[in-house]
Amino acid sequence: MMRKIYLISVVGGLLLIPSILFAQKAVKGGTLTWGRGGDSVTLDLAQATDGESIKGGIQVLENLVIFGRDSMNVEPQLATSWEVSKDGLVWTFKLRKGVKFHDGTPFNANAVKVSFERVIDKNHPFYKYGTWRYPALGLGPVKEVKVIDDYTVALRTEKPYAPLVANLALWLCPILSPAAIEKYKEDIGRNPVGTGPFKFVRWIKDDQIILERNEDYWGEKSNLDRIILKAIPEVSARFMALQSGAVDIADDLDPDSIEMAKKNPNFAVIERPSVNIGYLAINTKKPILNNKLVRQAISHAIDKQTIIKSIFRGLAIPAVNPFPPSMWGYNYKVKDYEYSVQRAKDLLTKAGHPKGFDIELWAMPVSRAYMPEPVKTAELIQGYLAAVGINAKIVRLEWGVYLDKTAKGEHDLCMMGWLGGNADPDNFLYGLLSADVTKPPAANIAFWENAEFTKLVKDAQSIFDKAKRASNYLRAQEIFHEEAPWVPLVHSTIVRVYNKKLHDVPLRPNGLNSFQMIWKER
Amino acid sequence: MARFISRRLFHLIFILIGVSILVFLMLRLIPGDPAHLLLGEFASPQDVARIREKLGLDASYPYQYFIYIRNLLSGDMGISIRSGVPVSEEILVRFLATVELSMAAMLISSLIGIVAGVISAVRKYSLFDYVSMVMALAGISMPIFWLGLMLMYLFSVKLGILPMMGRFTMGLEPRAITGLVIIDSLFRGDLHLLLNSLKHLVLPACTLATIPMAIIARMTRSSMLEVISKDYIRTARAKGLSQGAVVFKHALKNAFLPIVTVIGVNFGLLLGGAVLTETIFSWPGLGRYVVDSLLARDYPAVQGCILLFAVIMVMVNLIVDILYFYLDPRLRIDGKG
Repeated sequence: MMRKIYLISVVGGLLLIPSILFAQKAVKGGTLTWGRGGDSVTLDLAQATDGESIKGGIQVLENLVIFGRDSMNVEPQLATSWEVSKDGLVWTFKLRKGVKFHDGTPFNANAVKVSFERVIDKNHPFYKYGTWRYPALGLGPVKEVKVIDDYTVALRTEKPYAPLVANLALWLCPILSPAAIEKYKEDIGRNPVGTGPFKFVRWIKDDQIILERNEDYWGEKSNLDRIILKAIPEVSARFMALQSGAVDIADDLDPDSIEMAKKNPNFAVIERPSVNIGYLAINTKKPILNNKLVRQAISHAIDKQTIIKSIFRGLAIPAVNPFPPSMWGYNYKVKDYEYSVQRAKDLLTKAGHPKGFDIELWAMPVSRAYMPEPVKTAELIQGYLAAVGINAKIVRLEWGVYLDKTAKGEHDLCMMGWLGGNADPDNFLYGLLSADVTKPPAANIAFWENAEFTKLVKDAQSIFDKAKRASNYLRAQEIFHEEAPWVPLVHSTIVRVYNKKLHDVPLRPNGLNSFQMIWKER
Repeated sequence: MARFISRRLFHLIFILIGVSILVFLMLRLIPGDPAHLLLGEFASPQDVARIREKLGLDASYPYQYFIYIRNLLSGDMGISIRSGVPVSEEILVRFLATVELSMAAMLISSLIGIVAGVISAVRKYSLFDYVSMVMALAGISMPIFWLGLMLMYLFSVKLGILPMMGRFTMGLEPRAITGLVIIDSLFRGDLHLLLNSLKHLVLPACTLATIPMAIIARMTRSSMLEVISKDYIRTARAKGLSQGAVVFKHALKNAFLPIVTVIGVNFGLLLGGAVLTETIFSWPGLGRYVVDSLLARDYPAVQGCILLFAVIMVMVNLIVDILYFYLDPRLRIDGKG
């Protein structure tokens, strides 16, 4: 036995040698050029709604807590530790000492107070300097921010709210220099001053954003001298920019370009299951669709594998539950509705519609990671429904109108999706499916009101034991499956394509990373 | 002349009032709520209501228009809904990028278009005539998107001789004097930047020039043909003038009126931004900005851009008319008012 172990360790050791010999040492210096689909709108992330703003902003700004490099586990950032009071109402954070903002002012509890209160307190003098986008998703539950001492801050919520710490890791809760907010006022979004590994240098609108290394960074300093975020709106041009070496990273490429990049020895491609979902919401308030059997029939009628093959070129997994398996609380016991025309027809007959019926299918007008080609997807679904006798008419509307009308419940079937920024099941289950959010403009666009489901997910908000919370979510997913208010379609895979000269390139399941660790070969 | 110009500028005021009302109403009558668009699929009802209030969208239309015009008269075009930055600042930087690109494109298209048109007319039915007119036809019907990508692939990726995107090399940070990079580099005597930005202009300008070039060539040819058959050209030739003098001094000058009109109209159109070319070559111009703003229902931004377009079109027409005075002596006698 001992010999065996010895042998294994020798062989293992020998195997390690090449990787030690050839492991490259990080090179200091160089500029990372980063091609992406559009320009940022603002770099004050408490005001940001779009991915391009967040990609830039998180290089400059930091939060109390943050998700892992390649996972969605919450880790300390500007806070070193935290605890929740017994009644679940007060969260106390110990802050990192000796951290400076890019303008030289110290980071402390007051900076946290100012950064948060400007968003949640209408009477705060800085409230008027921004249009705060999603307090409901971020700091909304926080009612009071209290400075205990210079390096301790307490957040009080109205009710116990377990997902709060995951919310704080979202881009929506950045800590900015109070002096800078006072100086730049409404312009803070164009002059972000945070504590991050990169400092903001210059922004040429619709063109490029230039960042440089923060030499006074509290953590490990970046090897890169600079990062340039370059807006290249045309996807083929973006891939050509990567091919020609004009950029080191090209975001949001089409499946064909990704295929080409995989074959090219100069490029690296990493993939990660995302924390999103593309789904087909069934309006349960409509006469025929209020029947569970009809909804189950629709679930059986759609062939997700073919959608994944033809639309996503394999870069997705079929969705079974409302949130992806990469998140905790996922119910693996739920088995998906099998694709079966016969079973769909049987269910329709049982529901009293043996000859099928006419229906509207609303196709999203914009392309998203969870729905890259919405119209083609709608056409596929139309075909599947026709096969079981449901005659679906595809309705196409402009995005603003689409959002408006689906939130009012004017649709029968509509396509939609969600990116669960904080990777907490609450974000999907309570936010999109509880009865609390069915009042127009609704987030629950299936208008599904299930008392047991809503109670489970609402109760879970005040359970601080993760395992106990998870058990609520496991049951909620069973109810969701049985009632079928959505057809969960896919969880897309996110991909990062870059030049192999780059090393230590991270990819978090939400696609949003700080590039602090990246270094570039000469 | 001065009276003519001042009268036209006076008309501009009414045009602007009309345009502002029209755009204001059209934007609000087309469905789609800016607040909802701002928040996308992640909108919560409370956030939508709060943002509508903040943006002043819950006021009545006449009141919103009154506020808009009152601010406009004091030079304030409003704050962009999307970015929270004053619209005038947002428009200015992009307009300058567009001016640079359209000037370059018009220069290329006018020079080549006129020369090709003149030669085609003078050597009617020659090989040159056939080839250039077929190319003009191809130019008009060319899908710009395809052409741009092909040029980019050939010259930037394959040959690697021209930069593929932007106004200058990434990371250069030319401080603006006028905002027109080429003019700025001349002011500063910065040869490196001048060369750099000229190189960056080549591909997008050539792509953008294709269609106007074809139109100008065809217009020049037909206008020249008409003039060449006139009696005064025969007289000029009979006087024994050289071919060059006949063509350029007598024929082209008389054929110029319709050409100037075509150039003017096309220039006006290009100044409104060229969405496709700007998108392909990542040119931070006005065309992309208008489309993005419209899709986001960024009311102040779209209103500002459309007003700017109205001013541009009126000005371009005015300049074309003034040029008429110089080109056609008859107008100077008849049309004093």
